[in-house]
Amino acid sequence: MAGEPLGGLSACATGEAIGSGELDGAECLAFWAERAGDETLNAYLCTDQGDAGQRIAGAPVAVKDIFCTEGLPTTAGSRILEGYVPPFDATAVNRLRATGLPILGKTNMDEFAMGSSNENSAYGPVLNPWDRTRVPGGSSGGSAAAVAAGAAPWALGTDTGGSIRQPAALCGIVGLKPTYGAVSRFGMIAFASSLDQCGTFGHSVADAAELLSVVEGLDPRDSTSTGIPGGLSRPTASDLEGITIGVPRDFLEVGVEQGVADRFAEALETVERLGGTIRNIELPHAELGISAYYVIAPAEASTNLSRYDGVRYGLRVPADSLVEMYERTRGEGFGPEVKRRIMLGTYALSSGYYDQYYGTAQKVRTLIVRDFEAAFSEVDLIATPTTPGVAFGLGAKTSDPWSMYLNDLFTVPMSLAGIPAISIPAGLAEPPEGGPELPVGLQLAAPAFAEQALIESAHALEAAIGFDQRPEGGGNS
Amino acid sequence: MTEGLPDDLEAVIGLEIHVQLSTETKMFCGCRLSFGDPPNTHTCPVCLAHPGVLPVPNRRAIEYAIQIALALGCEIAPNSIFHRKNYFYPDNPKAYQISQYDVPLASAGELADVRIHRAHLEEDAAKMVHIGESGRIQGSSGSLVDFNRAGTPLVEIVTEPDIRSASEAREWGQLLRETVRQLGVSDVNMEEGSLRCDANVSIRPRGSSELGTKTELKNMNSFRFLEKGITAELERQAGLVASGERVVQETLHFDPGTGALHPLRSKEEAHDYRYLPEPDLVPLAPDSEMLEQARKTLPELPEAKATRYRDELGIPEAPAELLSVRAELAAFLEAMLVAEPDLEPRVAANWLTGEFAAELRRKGDPELGEVPVEAAALASLASMAQAKKISHGTAKDLLTRMVDDGIDPVAVVTEEDLGQLSDSSELEAIVEKVVEENPGPAEEVRAGNEKAIGALVGAVMKETGGRADGGEVNRILRQALGLG
Repeated sequence: MAGEPLGGLSACATGEAIGSGELDGAECLAFWAERAGDETLNAYLCTDQGDAGQRIAGAPVAVKDIFCTEGLPTTAGSRILEGYVPPFDATAVNRLRATGLPILGKTNMDEFAMGSSNENSAYGPVLNPWDRTRVPGGSSGGSAAAVAAGAAPWALGTDTGGSIRQPAALCGIVGLKPTYGAVSRFGMIAFASSLDQCGTFGHSVADAAELLSVVEGLDPRDSTSTGIPGGLSRPTASDLEGITIGVPRDFLEVGVEQGVADRFAEALETVERLGGTIRNIELPHAELGISAYYVIAPAEASTNLSRYDGVRYGLRVPADSLVEMYERTRGEGFGPEVKRRIMLGTYALSSGYYDQYYGTAQKVRTLIVRDFEAAFSEVDLIATPTTPGVAFGLGAKTSDPWSMYLNDLFTVPMSLAGIPAISIPAGLAEPPEGGPELPVGLQLAAPAFAEQALIESAHALEAAIGFDQRPEGGGNS
Repeated sequence: MTEGLPDDLEAVIGLEIHVQLSTETKMFCGCRLSFGDPPNTHTCPVCLAHPGVLPVPNRRAIEYAIQIALALGCEIAPNSIFHRKNYFYPDNPKAYQISQYDVPLASAGELADVRIHRAHLEEDAAKMVHIGESGRIQGSSGSLVDFNRAGTPLVEIVTEPDIRSASEAREWGQLLRETVRQLGVSDVNMEEGSLRCDANVSIRPRGSSELGTKTELKNMNSFRFLEKGITAELERQAGLVASGERVVQETLHFDPGTGALHPLRSKEEAHDYRYLPEPDLVPLAPDSEMLEQARKTLPELPEAKATRYRDELGIPEAPAELLSVRAELAAFLEAMLVAEPDLEPRVAANWLTGEFAAELRRKGDPELGEVPVEAAALASLASMAQAKKISHGTAKDLLTRMVDDGIDPVAVVTEEDLGQLSDSSELEAIVEKVVEENPGPAEEVRAGNEKAIGALVGAVMKETGGRADGGEVNRILRQALGLG
């Protein structure tokens, strides 16, 4: 933070300072551990001091509680995994440790990553550091809030339909979701396997990209992993000369808040000022994305979550018979949103309904993939606001799932297409109901495996936008 | 007619066979396969279905499955798909089994005139042990789960309903087992469960082409019980039809002890498996190198071997079939033919599967390597008999001594002067003597009772110490008695 040498250092710069010997790794970890420990946003579910004598080569990482961490409790925000301590590390976590980046702690999240506000955590909501009466977004809300509040230098999250980009936007930081397959899913607790992807949070595009370069890579333990061919290097672009950015105007017409629309329009002007070209494009099927997503994701979730039965690990609610034990464990272990999606997904896969629901949703998914392919034959990147609005109040949307789901309207299509996308801060805007200004996110999307092009342009735009505000008081009250 | 059925009815039977592959490790994780090890000693987060784990297919299991598919003459799908088969049960830790559904690895094959519908790869469930005397879940006070078996690679083979009798089902099942055994991809031990067989059974009026309502006989642990179970079920179905009742689709368990059939669960209550393409795995696309390698390493399989032995080597049907399903006997035969190039395969096969097999039974059926008889020695013996250098009786006596004491038959024939009497005048003298000493039988033969000649042949053989050729003795005797 301002005035604090270590807190003011970027995560990349912290690693360099430790590498050159200017900074002591153990001191750095102690500094961040204290900040994580003092945090009052409910962003962390647990913190870790690491092992004495561990190699520290860079800034420690806050890790979403969806990643299995050997010896450290892992709950995925659910009661059903209460007390579960995995006997193994997720591949992404393993890569952090192997690189010498300590685990700072496990961050709060919507239960099994199902949610857009972090209000679905069994361990209480995370508060938005910009306004404690508002949500930080979700499902990786704890990671986003921790970084925004200065309680972590950077963080890992996962994005299934927007769970990195949306909280990054609502917390005023950078969130990067790479191509599906870029980071191994091994040890990342499954929500919707064909959509789940590990990504990163940072205060800058460079930090988010640096952390991604640590965790990406082909993993023999994940048959769907590919890594990013050619890897990632630190972005250096300072302009957008020769870059064409497509804007799906029709898709953006639905209910974007005025403040968000204004920041988005300014961002497009900045693109042109940097030498880039704006072109209108069409994504004719993108508006069907939410509907398809809410069939595919629950369908996969319904089978992924069947393993939680109280027998081998986690919560067990005792009962007289096995079936009753199953029922009570699952009844008490899962929250209402998770149950809603298990029921939706079970129904969508049942005999006689499969074609009508899952089959149709997969066809829509294919159409969306083709929409993006057609668009990327004309443009290099696609820009949208990350979310239709700024952070909303705690409890404002909990009784209306559909309005909650619409938060992900602009982020879901990229997840369905498996393409990389990033959210960078585009400034602040006043919420429709008035009050202090809140962060707005700009989303850029690129073709599969074009992460380098994506972060170059995002880096150039970020510098030109020059967003450098931080929430007052941060995470420490 | 078919056993268990009246003449106007026909049995329609299809088999579903699960083959556990004898890979070193499990289908989707690195745990060792074991049988009989202490429970839950071969487990890991993957086969215990911890949160966040992912399956990684076992390459060797895929190679083995392809070998089975090729051996069954199947077409291999260029891109087959793994599916999740969802069902909630304590033996199924993920609550879904990774299997194949609408695009299996292999389809459209045939083995011995029974068409193969499909063959696909999947993983085995954990083993449940029910506490209590019966060992069954009914009345048990609790159940234990052993995850050592969870994730064992399985190939499920499904036939078309082409089998028409219980005995044909047994014979075909045995042929399939030998075929898989000779590929070396499974232990095919039914008692240990490394080969499991279910049968779909229905009946219909003979000549009809429609399928009747079928019942499923589950988990037969031997092909003999399979045959008995199918016979019992065919009788039950025929009885229902005879009394004007209908066959109800259901799953049955056959108790080989009592011969009774018990319903397990009816299909109406069957699970909705909510099949879903497995998002954690990519399509299974064996490359041409993998297929070529599998084709190259395919051994000669029983069906082809039986045909070759019969058609090319002139070995009669029964020994040809026996040799085709007993790889070690076939290898012994081939070694005999190499040792004695002039030995006729038919003669060699008869000695091997006839007299030699009988000697082995006498010794309590030891393995071939456990008796001191080399293929070359048996071949020398058979050769001497074929060339009439020794009589059949001498050869049999020698064989007993070979099996008991490991004697060298060629050396013993020389040492003990056991060579066949080929000198007619010597034999004629003996015949004359025997006729004189046995006037009774001789007179009977002369009076037209030709069967009485047997006693005289026996006496000649006794006189020559078994060294005479039976045919020759007969000829000279008949001449001497004026029957010539």
